[in-house]
Amino acid sequence: MSAVIKLKTLEGHLGTLSGFSEPKLQLEQYETPAHIAAVALYTIQTQFGALENKLVLDAGCGTGMLSLGASLLGAGTVVALDIDELALEVLQENLEDTGVTNIDAVQCDFLSSNICRWNNYFDTVLMNPPFGTKNNAGIDMKFLKIGLDLTSDSVYSLHKSSTRSHIQKKIKEWGVKGSVIAELRYNLPATYKFHRQQTRDIDVDLWRINHPSIE
Amino acid sequence: MKLITHNMLTSKCLKGVLTGYPLAINATDVKVNEVDFNPDFIARIIPKLDWEVLWRAADSLGHSEGLPQVVESNYEANQEFLKTAHKVLLEVEVEEGYLTCPESGRQFPITKGIPNMLLTEAEVQ
Repeated sequence: MSAVIKLKTLEGHLGTLSGFSEPKLQLEQYETPAHIAAVALYTIQTQFGALENKLVLDAGCGTGMLSLGASLLGAGTVVALDIDELALEVLQENLEDTGVTNIDAVQCDFLSSNICRWNNYFDTVLMNPPFGTKNNAGIDMKFLKIGLDLTSDSVYSLHKSSTRSHIQKKIKEWGVKGSVIAELRYNLPATYKFHRQQTRDIDVDLWRINHPSIE
Repeated sequence: MKLITHNMLTSKCLKGVLTGYPLAINATDVKVNEVDFNPDFIARIIPKLDWEVLWRAADSLGHSEGLPQVVESNYEANQEFLKTAHKVLLEVEVEEGYLTCPESGRQFPITKGIPNMLLTEAEVQ
């Protein structure tokens, strides 16, 4: 399948976006690096055609890296959800700077808010959920499960490669299908004080998880 | 907040609320922002919507002109209709105001275009 812009152009645009002004540790606010976001979204569009002309949900959108990338790849509309007001303020700035007008943000707690009237409303759900390494183990799986309820097709989600077998187990348990569609390397800058090294590399999987009726 | 978002938004997460839909809109500032027209996308979205809720929301904001109260058959081929639907769904935006839960009366503020649906722990089901 084709994409309306080139990968390099997409990455170039995403590289200009503003990030978190004061990242919050309890929310695990790490920015999705522009390179990772661009490769992930380009893969989602070119392999599955899951962005162009689609109704997309970005769950835990943060400053909007995935939302803006999806929009640049031709999404019909993106609904972007986040719990954090400051992150959404940066998202609004990013929308103004890029002139993108088909992203709509809602402030809510994705895990408890149940804000959508209907299940399976969205064509595509995107997420880069909190990895759940701190005091909230399993939060990434909760994001995934709720994301699945909201899509008629697939959830595309980034997870640490070290959790691969755990996710496989969960997918079986839920009776859904899923596979890793790209392996990426996440270069986390030392955002927080407890990070001793300047940067550390984390291997990340891009998962496509879908309802059993979807090929 | 665009009306495509309003059309799916509920407050059913509130304790004691069953459907929490549709949320009433009170707007003090409404803008119309241009969005690229994508007829295929609009045609595909229409069957997903609660059209009556969309019509009423548009009407409450003073933007129901030209919008039929019932979707006609063969709407996919009606460019004029799709354009009107596009404008109402994607271009009309509530910048400031609030949403009200139809069952509990709980209000959710809309500030700088973003509805705040956050609840306190005591309010959650």
